[in-house]
Amino acid sequence: MNIWDPTHECISRDELEQLQLERLQATINRVHKNVIHYRKQFNDLGVIPENITSLADVSKLPLTSKDDINRNYPYGMFAVPLREVVRIHSSSGIGSKPMVTGYTKNDIRIWSNLVARFMMAVGVTHDDLVQVTFHYGLFTGAFGLHYGAETIGASVIPMGTGDIERQIMIMQDYKSTVLVSTPSYALELAFRMEQLGINPKSLSLKVGLLGGEPWSDNMRAQIEQGLAINATDNYGLSEVIGPGIAGECSCKSGLHIYEDAFLPEIIDPDTGKVLPAGAEGELVITTLTKEAFPLIRYRTRDITSLDYTPCACGRTLVRMKRISRRSDDMLIIRGVNVYPSQIEEAVFGAAQSEAPYQIVIERVGAVDSMEIIIEVTDKIFSLELQKQGSFLESVKKRINTITGIDVSAKLVGARSLPRQDGKITRVLDGRQV
Amino acid sequence: MLRIKNINTFYGQVHAIKNVSLHLAEGEVVTLIGANGAGKTTLLNSLSGIVPPKTGQILFNETEINNLAPHKIVRLGVSQVPEGRQVFKPLSVADNLELGAYLNYKIGGSKIESKKDMELVLELFPILRQRRKQLAGTLSGGEQQMLAIGRALMAKPRLLLLDEPSMGLAPMIVQEILKVIANLSREKKTTILLVEQNARAALKIAHRGYVLETGRLILEGTAEELLENKDVQRAYLGRDKKEIWER
Repeated sequence: MNIWDPTHECISRDELEQLQLERLQATINRVHKNVIHYRKQFNDLGVIPENITSLADVSKLPLTSKDDINRNYPYGMFAVPLREVVRIHSSSGIGSKPMVTGYTKNDIRIWSNLVARFMMAVGVTHDDLVQVTFHYGLFTGAFGLHYGAETIGASVIPMGTGDIERQIMIMQDYKSTVLVSTPSYALELAFRMEQLGINPKSLSLKVGLLGGEPWSDNMRAQIEQGLAINATDNYGLSEVIGPGIAGECSCKSGLHIYEDAFLPEIIDPDTGKVLPAGAEGELVITTLTKEAFPLIRYRTRDITSLDYTPCACGRTLVRMKRISRRSDDMLIIRGVNVYPSQIEEAVFGAAQSEAPYQIVIERVGAVDSMEIIIEVTDKIFSLELQKQGSFLESVKKRINTITGIDVSAKLVGARSLPRQDGKITRVLDGRQV
Repeated sequence: MLRIKNINTFYGQVHAIKNVSLHLAEGEVVTLIGANGAGKTTLLNSLSGIVPPKTGQILFNETEINNLAPHKIVRLGVSQVPEGRQVFKPLSVADNLELGAYLNYKIGGSKIESKKDMELVLELFPILRQRRKQLAGTLSGGEQQMLAIGRALMAKPRLLLLDEPSMGLAPMIVQEILKVIANLSREKKTTILLVEQNARAALKIAHRGYVLETGRLILEGTAEELLENKDVQRAYLGRDKKEIWER
């Protein structure tokens, strides 16, 4: 059996609910005591920890959003003193400041074991060589998978991002058996190998652990064929823990949410009301074990539904449908989360005023590109004259500083962007995922 | 085996246990850690029916016991070893042990059977065999603690509640007592809820633990996780909690 933690992954619903209630109450007691933000929110709603006597009572608590994390930048929502934090990660927020999360030693160990669950579920063992092609840095993906693989005892090749041909060379020479990447990068690898005339069957690769962006079953089929691997999905958010919230098993019929560590709810994204089991809506997560950065009813903005029927793999944990869309305007460009509001901040900042603009996203091969088209305004015109063509450079630089991605930018004549009812469509996403 | 949901216990007006939920699986050793006055003993007393909870539910093997009298709870298989040992000092060691089997007699248990039980207890604590005829009051603290545990075992508990067994004992004796407790779990498969101020020692023999703070549970985890937790480390070291921010 490919089950890393059978005690928790195959727990009876009855025992699970007792454990969840205990951990929920303990988490609420801790945040009420240690996090000013939550204490204030609870007080405003007139809720005290003693009001939570069942799992359903969690709906009495306030929802938490990216705005809340932003307002408490950087450490305001930590529940332990900073000296107890052994790791800090961050991911892009909605504005110019990232969202900062922290981990205690226990958090790291628990996280590693959660990642080990979905790795083992699709057949990764201590005999495997795991090539991690995620960027090592503030992003949680690389470290999450890295620690998970080491916890299983597999050998980790911490490649990081980088030259794709070098990536392929290492894959061939080191005989990597597991690929960790974004789905689009996996597809890019497949394209490049085809160009280079490398038969994917000549590689030792057998499994792909792909995540960081939504991908369709169609894309899965392409990757599986192009790399001759079993491509599997896993789910996580940096704010919540990183990868390791949920992962597919060999049945590939939804992702098991690790409910002993996370309490999932589905809400109506417009009203915030909890929806009945099985309904489609926005996933909301309450962490049950996290020490440094617990989150109460965090709005993931991901749209899914939950399936409580038993899975053929033997795990009793609920399955979530693969994510297909979001309830906000976040864009995922080459695995990086980008908000149009961040682009706007960069454009208006560089233009020193408002300026009409449009974001155009395309996918060539498997690579996403983003172009910012800006209409010339008087202010931009004078800036251009003063600094001789540096306006576009400054836009690109600002976007790179805020989001970490490279974009192209161009100027067009005033009133030349197409308008509908007098409005410019802010984002044109031409990708077919 | 034991499942507690949302219990609230009061001493007069004092809300001592606030919405506590906790569970023990068959064969587990679980420890309850907390500072003085956190409510650890009250929680045990709520379980054994001495101070019944005002609200909430306690299920012992699916039987609701939160409204039962203490002796009925003992009969179902829950025995408490009270804080400070509380052996019957003017009685002999043997008599103390026999008293532990009193309820078994009442429901028709045979004398031969309790003789056998006493043999088991004396095997577990050889020193008590030597002191069998001595008055309990003349025993050392560690021996009295062993007697108190032995007396509880005479009722053939399925769940043993231990309240501060290390209290007032020399470190070497503490080690010995804890070894016996670990043995009880390993060999006799007794399920044990252990209340201790000596968190480090308790976590060494426990599978899991809970941290109680002013009547509220603030943490649940494996013994390994709790040992690593700074709050637990601070409580164990007795240092005061400093300001949460050191920006």
